[in-house]
Amino acid sequence: MVVVGAGEAGARAASALRERGYDGLVTLVGDEPHAPYERPPLSKAVMASDDEAPPVILDEGKLAAQRIAHLAGARATHIDRDARVLHLADGRDLPYAKLLIATGAGPRRLPVPGADGPHVLTLRTFADALALRARLVPGCRLTVVGGGFIGLEVAAAAAARDCAVTLVEAAPRILMRGVPTAVADRVARRHLAAGVDLRTGFGIAGLEARPNGVALLLVDGTQILSDAVVVGIGAVPETRLAEASGLAVENGVRVNAQLRTEDPNIFAAGDCCSFPHPLYGGRRIRLEAWRNAQNQGALAAANMLGGSEAYAAVPWFWSDQYDETLQVAGLSDEAVDTIERDLGAGRLFFCLAADGRLVAASGVGPNGVIARDIRLAEMMIARRACPDRVALASPSVKLKALLAA
Amino acid sequence: MAWVRACATDEIDEEDVARFDQGDRTFAIYHSPEDAFYATDGLCTHQAIHLADGLVMDHTIECPKHNGRFDYRDGKALGAPVCVNLRTYPVKVEDGVVLVDVG
Ligand SMILES: Cc1cc2nc3c(=O)[nH]c(=O)nc-3n(C[C@H](O)[C@H](O)[C@H](O)COP(=O)(O)OP(=O)(O)OC[C@H]3O[C@@H](n4cnc5c(N)ncnc54)[C@H](O)[C@@H]3O)c2cc1C
Ligand code: FES
Repeated sequence: MVVVGAGEAGARAASALRERGYDGLVTLVGDEPHAPYERPPLSKAVMASDDEAPPVILDEGKLAAQRIAHLAGARATHIDRDARVLHLADGRDLPYAKLLIATGAGPRRLPVPGADGPHVLTLRTFADALALRARLVPGCRLTVVGGGFIGLEVAAAAAARDCAVTLVEAAPRILMRGVPTAVADRVARRHLAAGVDLRTGFGIAGLEARPNGVALLLVDGTQILSDAVVVGIGAVPETRLAEASGLAVENGVRVNAQLRTEDPNIFAAGDCCSFPHPLYGGRRIRLEAWRNAQNQGALAAANMLGGSEAYAAVPWFWSDQYDETLQVAGLSDEAVDTIERDLGAGRLFFCLAADGRLVAASGVGPNGVIARDIRLAEMMIARRACPDRVALASPSVKLKALLAA
Repeated sequence: MAWVRACATDEIDEEDVARFDQGDRTFAIYHSPEDAFYATDGLCTHQAIHLADGLVMDHTIECPKHNGRFDYRDGKALGAPVCVNLRTYPVKVEDGVVLVDVG
C-alpha cells in the first residue's frame, strides 16, 4: 500500500490501514521534510507561539510502532499504472497494490503583476508559517489579501502580535462563501475592535516592490504600503501527479463516492479530490477542511482493503479568531432562508432549503457555547430533517429534542 | 478516599453532562440514559478542551473541539484524534446528591 502526501488525509489513511489489520508494507511518501503535522494550528497556535517544530500528527515513535515507512522529502512524479509502480523525483520506484493520492492543495496565486515579488507571502506549510511569523514583529505593517478563513486568522494573529494590519477583500463582504451575512458581520466587528483596517469591495491591480517593503495597488488607484503582504485567496487542488499519470481531473482528482478514481487501484482523499455528495443531490464537490481530510483518509483506507463504503459525511469546518470560534456544518448553496437563535454569548444560524430541509448551520461565539448545538444540527442535516422554524429560533427548545422528533 | 459533593442529581438531565470544579481540578459528571452517574477528568486528552461543553450520546462523550469521543464509563478513547484514555473516578448517589471520589 502506498500513500502519496503525508498530510492530514495521508497520515490518517496510513494509520487506518493498520487499525483495520492490514499487515503488509505501508509506505507514506511526502515531499515536506517533517513528519506528518497538523495544518490548522499554522494560522492559530503556531503564530502565537515560538515553537520551532510543527504540531506533529505521527511522530517517529508512532510511525515505527505502526510500521509505516515514511519517506520524507520525497516527491512523487508519475504513476506507471500498467506496471503499478510509483516513480519518485529522486529516482526511486515503489511498486504498489493500491495507491492513495492525498496531495492536498496549494495557495492560489494572485493573477496580477508583482504577485511573485519579494515580501509577498502565502500560508500552507510549516515553512510558510515560520517565514510569516518572523515578519510579525510589533509595529510591522502587514496587509492581508483575502477575507476568507485563513486570511482572517492571519489578521487576528498579526493584530495580537501588535502589527498594524490592513485586510483587503475584493468581494462586498468578508466570508462570502459559506456563511450568512450576519456571521460575517459579527466577525468583521471583532476585527475592527482589534484595530484591523478592513477594506471590502476593493479589486487588486498589482503589487510593486518598494525600497523598504511592498505596495499593494488597488483598482481604484489607492496604494497600500506595507512591510509584507500575505495572500489568502483560497487554494487550488494539487493534481499534478494525477494529471501526469493520465487520471481525470475535475476541480481536483475525480473520484466516485467510494473515493476511487477511474483506475480501480488508485484512490484519492482530502483537499486534492472532488467527489459526488449524496446529501447535495450527488453534486460533485471538493472540500478544504480538516475533518473531511481525516474522514476521507480513513474511508479510502477501508476501500483500499476491499471495502465499498460510500462517503456521505456532512461537511464541517471550524475557524478560531481572537477568543471566538466559528463552526459551519453543511453547505448553504441551496439555502433560501436563514433562522437565527440567540444563545447569549453566541449565536446560531440555520439555513433552510426551499423544501424546508436543514442544509447548513453555522455558529459563532465561544467554542463551548456553540459546539454542541452545531454537532446536533449536523446530525439533523445528515437525516435531511425539516425542523420547525419557531423551534429552531427559540433557545428554550433543545436541539436534541428536535433531533429526536 | 475523598468523597466530595459534585451536584444534585436533578442538576443534570439524562444523557447529559455538567462541569464540576474542585480546587484547581476540573471534572465532567455524566448522567447516563439509564439514570446512572459517572465522572471523568474534565479536559479532553487531545487538547485540554472541557468535555462538559460536549455532546453525550448513549455512553459516549464527544469533545466539542475536534469531535474526539470517549466512553465515559471507563474513559476509553474511541479513535482519532483522541488516543489517550480519560481518567475516571468512582461515583455514588446519596439522597439525591452525586458524590465523586476525587482520590
Ligand atoms: C493555515 C491553514 C489553516 C487551516 N485551518 C483550518 C481550520 O481551522 N479548520 C479546518 O477544518 N481546516 C483548516 N485548514 C484546512 C486543513 O488543514 C486541510 O483541509 C487539510 O490539511 C487537508 O489535508 P490533506 O491531507 O488533503 O492535504 P495536506 O494536509 O495539504 O497534505 C498534503 C501533503 O502532500 C504533499 N504533496 C503534494 N504533492 C506531493 C507529491 N507529488 N509527492 C509527495 N508529496 C506531495 C504536500 O506537500 C503535503 O504535505 C487549514 C489549512 C491551512 C493551510
Ligand atoms: S481537543 Fe478534544 S478532540 Fe481535540
